[in-house]
Amino acid sequence: MIQTALPARKEKTPPSKLKNWIGVIPFFLFAILFLFLPSVRLFIGSFTDNSGQFTLDNLVQLFSQQVILDAYKVSIQISTVTALAGGIFGFMLAYSVTVGGLPKPLRTALITFSGVASNFAGVPLAFAFVATLGRTGFITAILKNVFHMNIYQSGFNLYSFIGICLTYMYFQFPLMVLIMAPALDGLKREWKEAALNLGASNLQYWLKVAMPVLLPSILGSMILLFGNAFGAYATAYALTGGQLPIVTILIGAQIRGDVLHNPGLGFAMAMGMVVIMAVSLGGYSWLQSRTERWLK
Amino acid sequence: MNWVSKFRKIPFWSWFWFILGVIYFVLPLYATLDFSLRMERDTLGFKAYAVAFQDPAFLKTFSYSIMLAILTIIVSVALVVPTAYWIRLRLPEARRIVEFITLMPFVVPAIILVFGLIRIYSSPLEIPFTSIVLLQPLTNFKLGTNILIIGGYVVLGLPYMYRSVDTGMRTVDVRTLTEAAQSMGASWATIILKIILPNVRTALLSGALLTFAIVVGEVILASFLGIPAFGPYLFLLGQHRAYEPAALSFTTFLLTWAAMGIIQLVTGGQSQAAGAH
Repeated sequence: MIQTALPARKEKTPPSKLKNWIGVIPFFLFAILFLFLPSVRLFIGSFTDNSGQFTLDNLVQLFSQQVILDAYKVSIQISTVTALAGGIFGFMLAYSVTVGGLPKPLRTALITFSGVASNFAGVPLAFAFVATLGRTGFITAILKNVFHMNIYQSGFNLYSFIGICLTYMYFQFPLMVLIMAPALDGLKREWKEAALNLGASNLQYWLKVAMPVLLPSILGSMILLFGNAFGAYATAYALTGGQLPIVTILIGAQIRGDVLHNPGLGFAMAMGMVVIMAVSLGGYSWLQSRTERWLK
Repeated sequence: MNWVSKFRKIPFWSWFWFILGVIYFVLPLYATLDFSLRMERDTLGFKAYAVAFQDPAFLKTFSYSIMLAILTIIVSVALVVPTAYWIRLRLPEARRIVEFITLMPFVVPAIILVFGLIRIYSSPLEIPFTSIVLLQPLTNFKLGTNILIIGGYVVLGLPYMYRSVDTGMRTVDVRTLTEAAQSMGASWATIILKIILPNVRTALLSGALLTFAIVVGEVILASFLGIPAFGPYLFLLGQHRAYEPAALSFTTFLLTWAAMGIIQLVTGGQSQAAGAH
C-alpha cells in the first residue's frame, strides 16, 4: 500500500494540506458515532463502579467469577475445535481444487458455494441443522431406520457442545477455503519442478518447500477462524435458545437485563471479548503478511 | 495395463475431500428442503411455503428488512465511494487509518456493537457540563432506533463495501478522469455521480449484494434494538412452528445463493475472499 502511495505523492500531488482532510470528515464522523463512541463507552464502563468511580474491581471479578470463567472456557473450546477442524478440512478442500488436480469448473463451483456458506449463518443455519441432526432430523431418521442407530440414545445432542461445533463448521471451513485457495495458487510450479529434479519425493517437496511457505498463512487463517467462531451469537442462540453458556450469549443476557448484577462487569466482559478478537485479527494479519513475501 | 495407469492418474484424495465437502454443504440444505416439503402427511408439497409466504407478519417483516437493506446500501455507498475516491486522489496518507477502521467490525462483533450502541444512545444527548437536552435518547423512539440499526448495518457491511469499492477503483485512473472532468467544468458532485460511480458499478454491485445478504437475515441488532425485521420474526416463528421456518430458511439460503451467484458472474470470482462475517 505504501509503495503505491509514495511515488504518486512524489510525482504529482504536493504534500497533502490540512484542507484535504475535509473530504474524509463524513467518514470519520460516522466512524466516531457508530464505532468509536460505543467502544469507548464499553471501555470506560469496564473501569467504573456503580457509583461512577474509577475501579479495577470489574477486571478482577472477570477472572474470579465462575460463571464468566466457564463462559470463556466453553467459547474458547468451541472456537479452538472448529478452527482446527474447519481449518484442516478447508485446507484439504482448497488443496483439492487448486493444486490437487481436480477439473477447473469444480473450483469455481466450490469457491462460489464457499462464499454462500460463509455468509449463511445465524437463525436459518440453526434451523437447517435442526432439520438435519435434530431429534427428528433427516440424518437422525436415516441412522435410526436404516442402521438402527439412535444417536440421541448414545449421547449425541445437537443442542450441546458437539452440535454447536458441527453447526459452526458450516461457516468455518468455507472461510478457510476462501482464504487458502489464493495462497495455494501462489505456490510456484518451478519450486516443485526444482525440488523433484533435485531428487526430492513429492512428500519431501510438501514437507520441506510448500509447507514452510504456507504454514504462516494456515496458522493465521485458523486464528481468524477462531475469532470468527468466538464472535458468533445468533447461530448458538437460535440453536440452544440461550441455554449454552458461551461468552456472546452471556453478554446478550447482560444487555437484556443485568444478569451479572453489575453493569461494569458486563462492560468488562465485552472488553475481554474485544481483546481476544483484536489479538486474533492482529495475529492473522501478521502471519498473512509473512506468507505474502513468498507468494507474490 | 493402460487402465491401471489411467486409474493412478485420478487424484483420489482430492476427490475424496471434495466429495466430503460437497456432502457437508448439501446435506443440511437437502434436509431443510425435504423437511419443508412435508407439511402435509405422506405427500410432498409446497404447503409450508404457501402458508409462510401468506402470513401478513412475514410480508411486513420481510419488506421491512428489504427496506433496511436498501437504506443501508444507499448510506454505505454515499459514505464509502467519496471517501475511497478522495483517498486515491488527494489523501493517500489516510489510507491506512481508513482501512483500519473498515476492519473494526471483525474486532467488534455485532453483539458488542449493539451493546455499545444501546448504552451510548439510551441516554439523552446533552451539551457538556449543562443539562440542556439536545436530543432525546435515540433508543426511545422509532426513527431513533431505525437510525441506530442502519448505522450498525453500515458498520457491519463496511469491510465488504470498502474493499470492493477500493478494488474497483484500482482499475480506474481516478486522477486522469477527474482532471478531464474538471477541465470541462464539472463540479465535484457531477464527477462523483456521473464519472466515478458508473466506473465502479461492478464493485458497487458486489458490495451492495454482500450488504444485502448480511442485512436481510440479520437478527442480533434487530432483536436488541426492537426492530420488527425478518430475522427476529424467523427466530420467533421457529419457537412454535416446525415447517414454515424450514421453508423460510431454505428461501433465505436461495436468496444468499442468488446474491453470491450474481457477484460471481459480474466479477469473475475476484472479490469474494472478503473474510469473516
